[in-house]
Amino acid sequence: MSKRFFAVLSVLVIASMALAACGGAGGGAGATLKIVSSLPMTGSSLTQTQTIVNAMQLRLEQADYKACGGKYTIEYEAWDDASAALGKWDPAVETENANKAAADASIIAYLGTFNSGAAKLSIPILNNAGPLTMISPANTNPGLTKADKDLPGVTDSYYPTGTRSYSRVVAADDIQGKVAANFVKSLGATTVYILDDQELYGKGVADVFEATAKEIGLTVVGHEGIDPKAADYKALMTKISTSNNGGAPDAIYVGMVVDNNASQLLKDKVAIMGDNETVKYVGPDGIQTQAFIDGAGADVAEGTYASVAGLALDKLPPAGLQFVKDYTAKFGALTEPYAVYGYETMNVALKAIEDVCAAGGNPTDRAAINSAVFAIKNFDGSLGTWSFDANGDTSLTDMTFYQVQGGAYVAVGTFK
Amino acid sequence: METAKKGFNWRRFAIASLVLYIVFLIGPIVGLDIPVVAAAIKANPLQLVQFLIIGISNGAIIAIIALGYTMVYGIIELINFAHGDVYMIGVFTSLTVLSVTGTLESKDPVKIVLGLIFALVVAIVFCAVLNATIERLAYRRLRNAPRLAPLISAIGMSFIIENIGLMWAAQAWLVPSFGTTGGASQKVFPDMLGVLFTSLGWNINLLASSGLALRLTIKDVLVIVLAVVLMIGLYLFVQRTRLGKAMRATAQNRDAAKMLGIDIDWVITATFLIGGGLAGAAGLMAGLYNNTAWWFMGFRAGLQSFTAAVLGGIGNITGGMLGGFLIGLLASFSDGYLNARWTNALVFATLVLILLFRPTGLLGEQTGQKA
Repeated sequence: MSKRFFAVLSVLVIASMALAACGGAGGGAGATLKIVSSLPMTGSSLTQTQTIVNAMQLRLEQADYKACGGKYTIEYEAWDDASAALGKWDPAVETENANKAAADASIIAYLGTFNSGAAKLSIPILNNAGPLTMISPANTNPGLTKADKDLPGVTDSYYPTGTRSYSRVVAADDIQGKVAANFVKSLGATTVYILDDQELYGKGVADVFEATAKEIGLTVVGHEGIDPKAADYKALMTKISTSNNGGAPDAIYVGMVVDNNASQLLKDKVAIMGDNETVKYVGPDGIQTQAFIDGAGADVAEGTYASVAGLALDKLPPAGLQFVKDYTAKFGALTEPYAVYGYETMNVALKAIEDVCAAGGNPTDRAAINSAVFAIKNFDGSLGTWSFDANGDTSLTDMTFYQVQGGAYVAVGTFK
Repeated sequence: METAKKGFNWRRFAIASLVLYIVFLIGPIVGLDIPVVAAAIKANPLQLVQFLIIGISNGAIIAIIALGYTMVYGIIELINFAHGDVYMIGVFTSLTVLSVTGTLESKDPVKIVLGLIFALVVAIVFCAVLNATIERLAYRRLRNAPRLAPLISAIGMSFIIENIGLMWAAQAWLVPSFGTTGGASQKVFPDMLGVLFTSLGWNINLLASSGLALRLTIKDVLVIVLAVVLMIGLYLFVQRTRLGKAMRATAQNRDAAKMLGIDIDWVITATFLIGGGLAGAAGLMAGLYNNTAWWFMGFRAGLQSFTAAVLGGIGNITGGMLGGFLIGLLASFSDGYLNARWTNALVFATLVLILLFRPTGLLGEQTGQKA
């Protein structure tokens, strides 16, 4: 019995040593560079994140999982930062992912997160680990990169080493919230009620919306955080239906992601206040997914608006159109807006590796990769030609609005 | 229990002062500003009635689920954490039955009514059997184990059932409206009552012709009526039938009941059958009322119902119903007059306060009797 136990144990030990040797070998031909992504893949956001992971894999397949003229093999793992217990991203899992990545020396880029609240947790951990560069396809909370004058020092506290190590290929919510407020005004609304899901992302974009709305002369009737797990919101919607001097407001803006009961909120809004033509319903990119429409029902969702940074899929530059074509050929029709951002994120990571090699550097050096990411200027990517600024923000500021028409989101206009 | 009957009770005085302090001084921060709320009620008294209707309907669903918690606790002193998820399976079962029988596409009133009744029966039977199976698989062997063991296995069952729900919601061949976005997202439970009333040419709002700015929909009426019927039925069953008597005896003293020839295993199985059946019925009711099927909905429903059961006095059936209605009303008024952000805090603060004054819950029995 104990003999067999030791036999098994020694085999395991030898196997793990062999594995560790493979992973840890640095430099030289045939070395492996590892890239991981950390996105919520349990919960409603899966509809969006699966397309992001597909796009990342597609980019790697196109590069044949090789970099620097075949000198390095690239390995990719898609990590899940959500848990079944929460049904959405889980702070404990995201922290664990970041620590795991920090500890694995073969990892040279961390692609994620999807939720801004999750990014807040992993940025400092990865910043202390090299820094290990982190590139997000989807975080839009402004405070992650830009200092908020009301919260001095908060943004800097995410970067304990003082070196910036977090970048994103998507425009932040200081742009999204502002453009959304102007858009609501352009719909003819003069009064608006704001709801948010009390998360960093949702409340962040709702706050920017509120500030801009007041600036441009919209009346903000109220701004409330909702319980994202409530069975229904009929009482809340009843209150809103008489909140504007006894009547309903012209529009409702919701800062939230689809996991936080977004479909139920819309259902109760329509049940109490009627269709989305009578009282307009506008949200940010967190609800621009087919899962939101399926959850509410096509007839209920009809007429809802949502904004997403960037251009509509059919308005992308040639490289982007080519991506959509390749994606469709491999994975079927693409309707989710974030896939192309996932593709661009992997693009950036590969470009940084190539740049380090071209400069004669060592791509297993995390700090070198990070500097290369921040040095990206006038990059001709699938989103257009753009640059990272010193904060790690993209120079692209286009914002496209989509409306649910006949059970699917249709682009209705692009604004700046 | 009653130790401090003599003299002035300083502890209670201190707690009462604390409550007053919270209500009048900290209250306004969370929106509990009494003059403002009073003005809102005065400006639109009908809305108060509206919040009452919403609160009672939501409370009815919570109450029905709470009965399952309280009955099981009464018999074997186990908090059946999987119960909320059995309710979620009830939602998916009824939705699937409605889809498979073609009721979802139907515009024929007779077919819709028959389809709904059939879905109710199937959901009740399926969830009853599921709940009893859970007991047989996960709890029975642990009946004499330390009390933490069945608790942990209950949490494990809860995760297993949640994952079954996750898989179920991805089966678009069963219910086409599940779509292609996977099991994780929320699904539509079509508004069958709305379709039924439209096909009959009636208004879904029963008070539409009264000219009042009130909505009392057929959904509210159905949920409340069904809940009351089920509660009265259960009460009569437990009080008047032989099996009910055996259940009460088992709750009071399991060993003594065994000595008197009561088949304990069967009584416990029956309790789980009834609790599961109620959860199945609540599933159809909630589906029709909120029009949502979601793999995660059992978690919150379970938490609220468990709170309701504790609030009313766990083990006490009337208490479970009372607690359910109370939580529904509290949540509705908090959403309506205070800030929705604080609704959960308010519900649980109320629970804490009531337990401070009455540790056994509102209608809880003496702790010595354990049921």
